[in-house]
Amino acid sequence: MSNSTSNSTPAEHNPPNLRAEVDGLIAEGAFDLASRRLAQLWRRDPASATASFVTSRLEQLRDKTRDKLALTKFKLAILRSFTVEPIVPLLRAEAFAYGIDLEVHVGDFNTYVQDMLDSQSSLYRFAPNAVVLAVRTDQAAPELWRDFADLAPEVAQQAAERVVRGYEQWIGAFRKNSQATLIIHSLERPSTPSLGVLDDQSEAGQSGLIRQINRELLRIAAGFHGVYTLDYDALVARQGSEHWHDERKWLTARLPIAAGHLLQMAREWMRFIVPLSGRTAKVLVVDLDNTLWGGIIGEDGMNGIKVGPEYPGAAYQALQRALLDLSRKGILLAVCSKNNIDDAMEALEKHPGMLVRAKHFAALRINWTDKAQNLREIAQELNVGIDALAFLDDNPFEREQVRAALPEVTVIDLSHNDVPRNPLEYAAAVRNCAAFERLTLSSEDQQRTEMYAVQKQRAGAEQSFQSKEDFFRFLEQEAELEPVSDLTLARVAQLTQKTNQFNLTTRRYTEPQIAQMAKQPEWHIFSIRVRDRFGDHGLVGVAIAHDEGEQCEVDTFLLSCRVIGRTVETALLAHLAESAAQRGRKRLVGWFLPTKKNAPARDFYPQHGFERQETNGAGSLWTLDLKSSNLRCPDWIKLKITTDLKNGR
Amino acid sequence: MTASTFEQVRNVASDIFGIPADRITAESSPETIENWDSMQHLNLVLAIEEKFGVQLEPEDIEQMKNIGAVATLVEKLQSTAR
Repeated sequence: MSNSTSNSTPAEHNPPNLRAEVDGLIAEGAFDLASRRLAQLWRRDPASATASFVTSRLEQLRDKTRDKLALTKFKLAILRSFTVEPIVPLLRAEAFAYGIDLEVHVGDFNTYVQDMLDSQSSLYRFAPNAVVLAVRTDQAAPELWRDFADLAPEVAQQAAERVVRGYEQWIGAFRKNSQATLIIHSLERPSTPSLGVLDDQSEAGQSGLIRQINRELLRIAAGFHGVYTLDYDALVARQGSEHWHDERKWLTARLPIAAGHLLQMAREWMRFIVPLSGRTAKVLVVDLDNTLWGGIIGEDGMNGIKVGPEYPGAAYQALQRALLDLSRKGILLAVCSKNNIDDAMEALEKHPGMLVRAKHFAALRINWTDKAQNLREIAQELNVGIDALAFLDDNPFEREQVRAALPEVTVIDLSHNDVPRNPLEYAAAVRNCAAFERLTLSSEDQQRTEMYAVQKQRAGAEQSFQSKEDFFRFLEQEAELEPVSDLTLARVAQLTQKTNQFNLTTRRYTEPQIAQMAKQPEWHIFSIRVRDRFGDHGLVGVAIAHDEGEQCEVDTFLLSCRVIGRTVETALLAHLAESAAQRGRKRLVGWFLPTKKNAPARDFYPQHGFERQETNGAGSLWTLDLKSSNLRCPDWIKLKITTDLKNGR
Repeated sequence: MTASTFEQVRNVASDIFGIPADRITAESSPETIENWDSMQHLNLVLAIEEKFGVQLEPEDIEQMKNIGAVATLVEKLQSTAR
């Protein structure tokens, strides 16, 4: 594909037309379509000039729709030791393509230490969701960067330790002043160390000491909630140090990164921003013929399709390994293929070259129906929103059809400027998609595929019972309620960020925010873990409430959809009511704030005896008199309540 | 300079400065384009380098006094690269 940039390809003529089309649509007031065309323009030509156009039209759309675009807002601050301004439009355009409206604050040159230490700084006034600390080695560790060969070994070692102590101190101050996520760039090693190959012979050399600092940064980050490292050194190496850097721009404009790589920097930041803003994909739906294997099973047969350890089948094995890695991160896999089911299943179950098997897929749609309809059904079967789906298909017509019918699906591009990618690049296309990034991994994530398999058995059993109550008794559900602890903090925060359907207020919290709340005596944060005769659902629900005068207000109440409708929600609410009554509160109150997705939670309060107290533009407030309430945990749920984890930490 | 190089440069400038391409001429310069400041000049340089796959020297960048000069420069760099 390397020759595709040298001549003007047909795609080159499209961008100016798309630009005119976007402007026409904005003038007509067709804002949704304008927004889709703008994203399409960005996908076709993700370059600096396009980024300026995209961000300027995004501003227009934001003004004209009074901020009603279906975008997630996110505020990012960049603290830096180099020029990042030209990267900002690229970053905002890339974020827009992921459905994120990104607001960016850039700190002054090299004021990052003051900015982090001073609680009144412009950094904290900006109230960012996340902060990137983009500092290069020449600034963070100048002694180790220049004239290194001049330093005595013990002086060099002390310099490295001083750098680490500095970071430790600033990050500690940052965490006291802000609950935002912090992303620290690791320090890059020099591409040509002072002493040449001699430097590599010792861990105490220039590269060795910088590596030592980077290891320490990982250790420091692990000691805080919501602090992560971005391996800048590895990023530079991956792109090639000699191509990445532009010495001319560095000396004249303090911009160390070459024009052609600014987008890579933006994309690396997106790998953090996408999971932090909750715009992730939960399911990857894959095609079979010429995507999961080479060739067409219905025509080429078991002996004809290509998948195995040798070229060309190796390309498809590499893709399958990437899929298995996603599955290990808790991303579900599904199949959507136009095929005869017997042909496809034979290959999925028996072909010796296959690494993924039928059991790895949580849903299968192998038929001749249109793919958009199949995707809708898959989302329904797996109980996720359409926007939680990603779609991988080698056929550009299928991709366009899905994009047009279901614009909220993340469609993975298997072409570049309208030229199909080589199958050898498929694995990288999946691995580089930021929608699959995760910043934490819970045990629930790792077992998700098995859990969905068990869920199918449950659904089967439900059919065979006459009454709901008989089914509930048969399930033998056990619920374990406990206050949030260090062990559950990450999962609790993750649930507030990801749960859309059974979520009464849809308030998103980061780990540091949850940790901060848990310290307040008037705040109560519970998690619920559910198990039944078929298996363990894991930690699936969160309730957050705080006492104020005579009442206790429910701030957050959410449950993963896979346990909804089995009365676990009643058990959790009953516990909130009982514990509030024990603390002497007279009323339990809570808001229902409607969103596009939380209709399943709409009648939750009235169904449990709450009375409507008020309604405003945002939602409705419900109240339950604790004295007269008969809200109880259903007797078919075995409840285990742990109360005193908070002090036991 | 050829028409096509000039047009491509003009399209890039239109995106960067946020004005319609048909209002940009070879004589358009920081004097006639309001927001052509030093940061936008850097953005223009980067967009040109990226679009045409060329590397501009600091001396070249100083010569970019107007859009016509940018297009001429791009053509010169492309012909020496071959």
